Amino acid sequence: MKYEVIVVGGGHAGIEACYATSKIGHNTILITGNIKNIGDMPCNPSIGGTSKGVIVREVDALGGLMGKIADKSLLQMKMLNGSKGPAVRCLRAQADKETYPKNMQEALLNQKNLSILEGIVEDIVIDDNAKKVKGVVLSSGMMIECDSLILTTGTYLKSEILRGSEKIPEGPHGEKRSDNLSDRLRELGFKIIRLKTGTPPRIDAKTVDYSKMKEELGDDVHYSFSFDSESDYDVSKQEKCYLIYTNEKTHQIIRDNLSKSSMYGGYVSGVGPRYCPSIEDKIVKFADKEKHILFLEPQSMDIESQYYDALYLQGFSTSMPIDVQDEMVHSLEGLEKAKILEYAYAIEYDAIDPLQIKPSLESKHIENLFTAGQINGTSGYEEAAGQGIIAGINASKKLKGIEPLVLKRNESYIGVLIDDLVTKGTIEPYRMLTSRAEYRLILRHDNADLRLRDYGYQAGTIDEDQKRRLDEKRASMSRLNELIRVTKIKKDLLEKHLRNASSCSLYDLIKRPEIDSSILKQIYPELESFDKDVLEEVIIETKYEGYIVKTYKDAEKLLKLENKQIPYDIDYAKVKNLASEARQKLEAVRPVTIAQASRISGVNPADIEILAVYLKKEYGKR
Amino acid sequence: MEDTICAVSTALGIGGIAIIRVSGPKAIEIVDEVFKGCDLTEVNSHTINYGHISWKGKIIDEVLVTVMRAPKTYTMEDVVEVNIHGGIAVTNKVLEILLTAGCRQAMRGEFTKRAFLNGRIDLTQAEAIEDMINAESENARNLSINQLTGKLSDIISALKRRILELESKIEVNIDYPEYEDIEDMTVSKVGEELKRINLDVQRLIDESSNGKVVKAGLNVAIVGRPNVGKSSILNFLLEEDKAIVTDIAGTTRDVVEGKIVLNGNIINFIDTAGIRETADVVEKIGVDKSIKVLDAADLVILVLNHGEELCKEELELLNRLENRKHIVFVNKDDVEGRMDLPRGIDAIYGNTVSKTGLDSLKNKIVSMFELEEIAKKDLTYISNARQLSLIEQVKTSIDSAIQAIESGMPVDIIEIDLTEARVKLGEILGEVYDEELIDELFARFCLGK
Repeated sequence: MKYEVIVVGGGHAGIEACYATSKIGHNTILITGNIKNIGDMPCNPSIGGTSKGVIVREVDALGGLMGKIADKSLLQMKMLNGSKGPAVRCLRAQADKETYPKNMQEALLNQKNLSILEGIVEDIVIDDNAKKVKGVVLSSGMMIECDSLILTTGTYLKSEILRGSEKIPEGPHGEKRSDNLSDRLRELGFKIIRLKTGTPPRIDAKTVDYSKMKEELGDDVHYSFSFDSESDYDVSKQEKCYLIYTNEKTHQIIRDNLSKSSMYGGYVSGVGPRYCPSIEDKIVKFADKEKHILFLEPQSMDIESQYYDALYLQGFSTSMPIDVQDEMVHSLEGLEKAKILEYAYAIEYDAIDPLQIKPSLESKHIENLFTAGQINGTSGYEEAAGQGIIAGINASKKLKGIEPLVLKRNESYIGVLIDDLVTKGTIEPYRMLTSRAEYRLILRHDNADLRLRDYGYQAGTIDEDQKRRLDEKRASMSRLNELIRVTKIKKDLLEKHLRNASSCSLYDLIKRPEIDSSILKQIYPELESFDKDVLEEVIIETKYEGYIVKTYKDAEKLLKLENKQIPYDIDYAKVKNLASEARQKLEAVRPVTIAQASRISGVNPADIEILAVYLKKEYGKR
Repeated sequence: MEDTICAVSTALGIGGIAIIRVSGPKAIEIVDEVFKGCDLTEVNSHTINYGHISWKGKIIDEVLVTVMRAPKTYTMEDVVEVNIHGGIAVTNKVLEILLTAGCRQAMRGEFTKRAFLNGRIDLTQAEAIEDMINAESENARNLSINQLTGKLSDIISALKRRILELESKIEVNIDYPEYEDIEDMTVSKVGEELKRINLDVQRLIDESSNGKVVKAGLNVAIVGRPNVGKSSILNFLLEEDKAIVTDIAGTTRDVVEGKIVLNGNIINFIDTAGIRETADVVEKIGVDKSIKVLDAADLVILVLNHGEELCKEELELLNRLENRKHIVFVNKDDVEGRMDLPRGIDAIYGNTVSKTGLDSLKNKIVSMFELEEIAKKDLTYISNARQLSLIEQVKTSIDSAIQAIESGMPVDIIEIDLTEARVKLGEILGEVYDEELIDELFARFCLGK
């Protein structure tokens, strides 16, 4: 049996990868442990959130599935950071854990050029001479050949579920893990790291006293992730989340039992994420805090579902033994009599050190082997999806013999994510944060299509119809930009809305901080004829024009250094006077450009100067 | 940088000894080749060794050779310093021998450049070394030392940390918007802290004029009609204070007529040639020229004659000087006063013949620039154009942030200005890679250090 592309793992990375390659037209097979688990959300019941919401939009802009499927599976939708600035606004959805995977499975099962097979991959076949990937072997012994292999194995490599001193060798939900694949990767020359993450307990909704909890509602505005279609939820019928706090009693229980937790009892070797700490971590590291915030979130409204009536206790992930977990949960206000349906656990798993992959997500050691998602050391559904679609696109480009798609830091969050991984590596599960994106004012969720759709179109993941709509949006934007500059508004029209009004152009009007799109439409109703996305886009670009220009200028400086390439075969031993730490780091990362080199921690400006001088001398002007 | 470089590190031609410094991987090997005495490749690090420089069987000079092995050296490379007898001929001969033996002539500032590139010193420290070499007064030297030891770096780093802290608080709010137990960095809170930071930045800028005073000295122009007593005043000041030299090309476009050190600070008297040599003084120089002269000066001393009426040009000068630091000195107070000084002008009256009023003049200069204060102060100032321009850009960014807050911009937008300010502070410290900057900076260094 032979396929052009094999994707191993049906999580959020694998989905986007196989969807991309099959959409482009490559004969693709997705191999996954359990077809029913495709698109599973083993942790929180939400999609999006700060910076992650932008990634969902970017995946959609590139032609991916995540945004569209989330739009069909919504329980609640919110715009975060509405008042903090245009660049940090993000959508966050509570998504239905039952319908999201089902919708995903349906989409993939109906996808042309895509086969799906249940199985556990335990071996990779390599053409030893060329160091090229040739195929995989399943635990059943079956071999499947391929031209290109994308590994998106998530947390399933030698995973162990931990609760207290209990250790079970399996994946989430009691799924089968892969016992040998990470050893095989090590054999092939990969450095394997061990990571840890965790998930909180699920509570029986019927046993919760909501009377003392604060309700968290969705926004009363209708939103969608996708640029192509509208989400299908009813704004007035969104599910509620609830906010509660830990208290001194909770903290005391945790302190008293600290040595029983897997993490603090010394049962875990993996490193956990700082950005998503366990409750015991929070208590130990922020000992002076009297309380920590928690959320109770619905997981599914499908009455048939195992998730129905099972609330997710966000912020309370722990690796305590189950009896302590009962005690901890019962100490919380409103949960005194709560029944835990599924106990929290920590999970340890193998990943590869991401310094071993190229910015295209292809392995440095083995040709045509791509990796994406948690195997690369990240955490989060969205981070996985973002890498998945890039791995799919680049596997395809490699097969076609064209340059890979490497998104720059000034182009997308996905670009920031991948650049961070392959440049800085990671020792803990990497989570995307808005603060990681230095040019985020131009990486907004509202302009993801303008930034990235053309790349999708070139790759073949965006079709003619989508491209046409993009071009129409651009045309409409330029019409509107023209209009606001030539349209003058008389003073008397403004007086109702503004103090110190004087007649001015629409353009100048938009720049005033108190003016938003609804006031604007009242003043100049003709704007109604423009699409709301177009209007929003032009308002943002006008209001923050000065800062946007500044950000582009900064980005240009970066591009100058991005254009200074470093030959892949450079011998750092020959670059004299590099600090030894810098030499080691450069050797390990093998940055592609001077800009990338300058971002490696431990490589100082002086080292970059030395490197630049060496390059000039050895390779002429670059 | 695999080359081994050498240069004469002392002023050429004068002095009892001269030192040639050699730095690089082959420094010891190359010097050993031309050295007759012990085996330099075997001696302990940081030792001084007696012997001779010999070339083609001929003894050139008797020398002391200091061997310092990497990394505890100026450049963090192997460094050898050859102490030879001064004198142009011998020094040049030894240099020539070393160059023939495999060294390369060091470029301007190259030793310090290597120290920087090898990570021993940061950019402000490198700049301080340049200043130290050029320091002409005690205060200037103290200023360099404070920069060299990183005192300025500490101040800049502290400012940078404060901005970073502000940024990180904003970031936490953005990344965890629903965590209401985290302190909310509202724009008004950010604004308050920014205003405090801005005060400190402003102080650095204000005091930078002190830094300039300390390092380059004050430029003082003495203007007035011929025979009004300008040169007598100049001579008095120069003589009294043991003038260093006359007619030295200064660092500015002006010619310095003489320098004195007053309270540990340099005062440069700048040539007002146009005024001095013209027969009919003020008329001929024209307003344009006088503006130029005045602009170059930190202080203008206008000398008037008590016995004559003010001419039109003198009145014009008085007007122009109104907004600048200036002193009016009325000479020849022994003759009958025919001069009618406009009201509100505070002048010093004196006589260059009987030497009265001249001490008041000197004291006035001192008090005007708070030279005594500068001398007593902790000498940590921004003192060069690069640093000053950067710190001014920092100020611009912070001002822009404060303005943005006032015009209702959201906190994330304001952070763009904050980041810019922080990056500029980092640039002062040389934490940002900028090829052109580094090249330019080291090209300014004098040869040998």
